[in-house]
Amino acid sequence: MNDNHNDPSTPLLELRGIRKAFPGVVANDDVSLSIKHSEIHALLGENGAGKSTLVKIIYGVLRPDQGDLLWQGKPVDLAGPSAARDLGIGMVFQHFSLFEALSVAENIELALPSKGEGGFDRAELPDRISEVSAQYGLPLDPRRTVLDLSVGERQRIEIVRCLLQDPKLLIMDEPTSVLTPQEVGRLFETLRRLASEGCAILYISHKLQEIRDLCETATILRGGKVVATCDPRQQSVQSLANMMIGETPLKPERPAGRVLEKSNRLEVRGLSLPAQKAFGTALKDISFSVRGGEVLGLAGVAGNGQPELMTALIGEVLTYPEAVRIDGQPVGRLGPRRRREAGACFVPEERNGHATAPDMPLADNGLLSADRRMGLTRGGWILSRARDRFAGEVIQRFSVKASGIGAAAKSLSGGNLQKFSVGREIAQNPGVLVINQPTWGVDAGSAAAIQEAILALAAEGAAVVVISQDLDELFAIADRIAVMSEGKLSRPKPIGEVTIEEIGLLMGGIQGEKTGATV
Amino acid sequence: MIRLESKGEPSRLFSYLSPVLAMVLTVGTGALLFELMGKPAGPSLYAYFIQPFTTLYGASELGVKATPLILIGLGLSVGFRANVWNIGAEGQLTLGAIAGGALALAFYEVETPLLLPAMMIAGVLGGMAWAAIPAFLRVKFNANEILVSLMLTYVALLLLSYLVHGPLRDPDGFNFPESRLFHDSATMPTLISGTRLHWGAVLAVLAAGAIWLMLSRSMLGFQLKILGDAPRAARFAGYREPKLVWFSLLLSGGLAGLAGALEVSGTVGQLIPTISPGYGFTAIIVAFLGRLHPVGVVIGGLTMALTYIGGETAQIEIGLPAAVTGLFQGVLLFYLLACDVLINYRLRFGRRLAIG
Repeated sequence: MNDNHNDPSTPLLELRGIRKAFPGVVANDDVSLSIKHSEIHALLGENGAGKSTLVKIIYGVLRPDQGDLLWQGKPVDLAGPSAARDLGIGMVFQHFSLFEALSVAENIELALPSKGEGGFDRAELPDRISEVSAQYGLPLDPRRTVLDLSVGERQRIEIVRCLLQDPKLLIMDEPTSVLTPQEVGRLFETLRRLASEGCAILYISHKLQEIRDLCETATILRGGKVVATCDPRQQSVQSLANMMIGETPLKPERPAGRVLEKSNRLEVRGLSLPAQKAFGTALKDISFSVRGGEVLGLAGVAGNGQPELMTALIGEVLTYPEAVRIDGQPVGRLGPRRRREAGACFVPEERNGHATAPDMPLADNGLLSADRRMGLTRGGWILSRARDRFAGEVIQRFSVKASGIGAAAKSLSGGNLQKFSVGREIAQNPGVLVINQPTWGVDAGSAAAIQEAILALAAEGAAVVVISQDLDELFAIADRIAVMSEGKLSRPKPIGEVTIEEIGLLMGGIQGEKTGATV
Repeated sequence: MIRLESKGEPSRLFSYLSPVLAMVLTVGTGALLFELMGKPAGPSLYAYFIQPFTTLYGASELGVKATPLILIGLGLSVGFRANVWNIGAEGQLTLGAIAGGALALAFYEVETPLLLPAMMIAGVLGGMAWAAIPAFLRVKFNANEILVSLMLTYVALLLLSYLVHGPLRDPDGFNFPESRLFHDSATMPTLISGTRLHWGAVLAVLAAGAIWLMLSRSMLGFQLKILGDAPRAARFAGYREPKLVWFSLLLSGGLAGLAGALEVSGTVGQLIPTISPGYGFTAIIVAFLGRLHPVGVVIGGLTMALTYIGGETAQIEIGLPAAVTGLFQGVLLFYLLACDVLINYRLRFGRRLAIG
């Protein structure tokens, strides 16, 4: 790497008093931090703490309202991401933007400046990719089509793309949320090697254990402000959590003395479904059953059929009658409203636009899924008082922070809208509850409240299915756990009889073998 | 430099203010245009916007023109809320006119109070039948209802032209392409004698009330709104999109057909090659001008009716070309769409402050 100002005492990047406000919210308030050369620096905070805004400022996507950016001691004004890249800042986004029909090399070529502007010769590129990927232990075949690659491999494309431009600072935005535990281990090795060769890394996450394993310095954000800067290796997970959240315990309380009912309340038998859209996942012969009082956890890396399974369970896509049974009643050919009448409630993953209509007030959003079960209509007419009362009850019982039942769904923060979406279903007292990603992108306080509500519902005799990518969450609330991989489901095992490593291997599943072949 | 800055939340105030602002801008542009054409702006604007109100007949004509605009605008606004884009109301109006008019001619000699209601029902069914084609094609084959309904308009106009040139032509009419004049029992009675304002205006007001009730209180209206606002949430709730698409198109087609039957029985009194001066298209502007709300549609319908009447007056009084009506309507829609940006954005003048 080129080194003109590598005086180790000057920080590589320094932020001083950064402030950024959006209409209605101050995302960053007087944020200062400094990243040294070759340092792995964690940016830790809950969703909504202001991490994304700060990163966008560093990468030139946003401009701060106040404050200074200093690059190797000199003030800089980043006009855009290309200015950041020219300085030597690379970024690997949480959501990749890759063309699935193109090859690895073609995707990288598209993202790089053309040859005249300091890019690479098209013919040399595949060799350069192989070179860099070998150098940093990132096995990647430049000729393969992205479509055939696992999520972990796709992430490598993004990392290699950044490395080709010789970055001095690499920003990684929640890189492990899509990886299996084994892939995480491999990624960490790469990052450590990069750091040892002089590239600083800004690592954004809310996973505390990871940060303790990987990072030397952590800047902790809460409510847009820096609350602490520390060495995470000297901290416990609990102490980091306390700094990040401020209050509330992390683990949900598990109600004692739960009794499992004998009969299956939800039964799925041989559920197969062709992929509904291009690049979707087909479901292959999925079978499981859940008894009353039981929580079944479905783990798996994103993109392995979870949303497809969810739509099949909700009834947005119909199958054959016996594929899904609710309390013994075959419902596979019935739509969502009939399934709710049969006793099941659902919380889909996407709360904005799927679980709720974003522009509609909460009162109407209550009506959306509860009209039949809660008797909110009569003869096709809306009973407005019953509708308002129901929404008010959900808001109160689940401590949803909102200006009232007239607040538009999208005006709520992620955590509060999720509490409303989950609360709306739990308040209907269903016999079967299916939740996809109950606490994804939700602040820790709300997450604990949601998990407790799920456990309380199970304690009352409901059968609950939780689909989640967060293994810690599943180990905290599930009784049995199964893994989704490429549209298939493993045999569920009691939580006491499996280890995280075992689940990790299942999550890698066939994908792991595929990757192995190219290493 | 002018920049747009997101307001974060849509402004309720501006969603009502925007149509008013658009109208002010339209009048201003009109004044400028009149001056450029060598006509004095003051008297021209007076002739266009004020003079129609100076006589009872002129004021009543407002109701005559507004009636079809409101009826059609109501139906369209319901569909637009559900993301069902019926652009072919003109064709559905024509089919309603044909169905109602054909019935009047078939029972030419029969004097019965049942004929008028039967004509209205025939008009509704005719409009529905024409709207059923895009509905079927969209639900069954996912065909774009905008294109299908629009193109069917031209088919409908040609069908009407064929009928008045052929089978329905007045046998004693010296080969003019017109049907016989309807009998009294097929003519909609007027509300005020000496004017052309007929009972259709009352139907339009009643329809506005019914649509308002449906949208604000019924589960059906709620489902339509959800389907338009968040289609995935509608699927999650279990609302059946095909049913809602059928309903939206049949409702708007039926109301357009009713407007057509009212035109031939109330205003025109016979079938002629051109029954509507583009009411079906103007009603699209009416729906948006009225914020897709029934009360707004009534106001919007009256406003657009004024552009028709004002255009006629301006032709007679100042000798402006007939195209000025279409011009005013187009300019109004243009300004409305521009002003609607202010619902979600505010304007900022000057340069962004640089940092660093």
